[in-house]
Amino acid sequence: MLNTKTVVAGLVVAMFSVAAGAAEVVVAQNSKSFKKDGAKIEKLSIKAGDSISFKNEDPFFHNIFSLSDLKTFDLGSYPAGESKSVKFDKPGVAEIECAIHPDMLLEVTVK
Amino acid sequence: MKMGPFAVKKLTTQIAVAVMGASMAFGVIAAGTLKPSEEDITKYLRPAAVPQPADNMMTPERIELGKFLFFDPRLSGSNFISCATCHNPSMGWSDGQPTAIGHGMGQLARSSPTILNTAYQSLMMWDGRFRSLEEQALGPIEDGGEMAQPMHELIPEIKAIPKYVQMFEAAYPGEGVSKEGIGKAIASFERSIVATDSGFDRWLKGVDTAMSDPAKRGFEIFKGKANCVACHSGFNFSDNGFHNIGLPDSKDDGRYRVKKVAVLKGAFKTPTLRDVALTAPYMHNGQYSTLADVVAHYNRGGDKNPGHLSPNMKPLNLSKAEQQDLVEFLKALTGDPLALTFPQLPVN
Repeated sequence: MLNTKTVVAGLVVAMFSVAAGAAEVVVAQNSKSFKKDGAKIEKLSIKAGDSISFKNEDPFFHNIFSLSDLKTFDLGSYPAGESKSVKFDKPGVAEIECAIHPDMLLEVTVK
Repeated sequence: MKMGPFAVKKLTTQIAVAVMGASMAFGVIAAGTLKPSEEDITKYLRPAAVPQPADNMMTPERIELGKFLFFDPRLSGSNFISCATCHNPSMGWSDGQPTAIGHGMGQLARSSPTILNTAYQSLMMWDGRFRSLEEQALGPIEDGGEMAQPMHELIPEIKAIPKYVQMFEAAYPGEGVSKEGIGKAIASFERSIVATDSGFDRWLKGVDTAMSDPAKRGFEIFKGKANCVACHSGFNFSDNGFHNIGLPDSKDDGRYRVKKVAVLKGAFKTPTLRDVALTAPYMHNGQYSTLADVVAHYNRGGDKNPGHLSPNMKPLNLSKAEQQDLVEFLKALTGDPLALTFPQLPVN
């Protein structure tokens, strides 16, 4: 389900970010999948310096993390409606997962 | 993973339409005559087929070989323990022990999970360390504490039994007797062990009397006030995920051993609840002997442990009657006995 607010917020963020040269991409956690603009994604390409905002849209907790060489982070568990952002500075590939739901996988390529 | 055809889908729609029609005809549904909603039917009706990996599609020969191997104690170092020792089909594919008993009667740290519906699981074992049933099937055979059978000894043992050589050839032509073949065959058999219709399933399909009123109320509590569906979701009642549910087990880090992420300390896989009434004692450490104990655990929001308690866990404030209803619902998930013929193992 695509939340209108998310889209609007995403667009607004994107507009400002373009001016600043870096974008913030909103990736939702929805129905135990990673989704962008309402569609399930397993791969995502961004530019160095861009951020990904992970927004939980499920009625239970998610815990997004990566143990990739490119970027190691653990956003901890957070409930529906909350977002946490990660900036990707260097080019490379990062595997992003949900610790609680291991079927959720996202491969992020930073160019 | 390939999904088989879901013939059930069409049926789902028909039932949904019928249920909607019935609801409109009778107006407001009174308590005690709870009917499944359209959403319930979509979410919980069992699929008609199991997912299978492209490189090990199920055939009768593969399932048959897997069944023989599953029940054959010669797969253990002692020639005394088979897969079925701990995954006993007469005991809900578990063993009735708090935690499993392995090689030399040694007690293991975790309970024997059922193999029922493992076809629908993405990660195997309580800590999810195996990514497929093919891998999982080999784990306990070689594990020193479990079946303690080195593979380099097992292969010649099996090769010396002509019936097995024939069966491997029929199942995996040209591949001989191999470690991979053993894993694949056992996985094929395990994939064939699928839950049968329970009272809950028949109720979903429109047989109102298939579930008792307490069980129907229990289902509402399961989805609502108790929020069991936060983890026990879908037709298999599992999110295939890992959660620390507040069991005071200080020695076992669970999923954290596999993935070093803080939230996974003391987290274990969400088991299916199908046939759950048959698989006591409960939890990864077998600490509860009844479903009432389990429900009471969740009702108090779990207990303290050294890990990170799942934020989904909180006191539920269920009354005694509500807890009993929940237990009745869990009992309504017991399927009909599985029709299974037992293999007559080749002597030599």
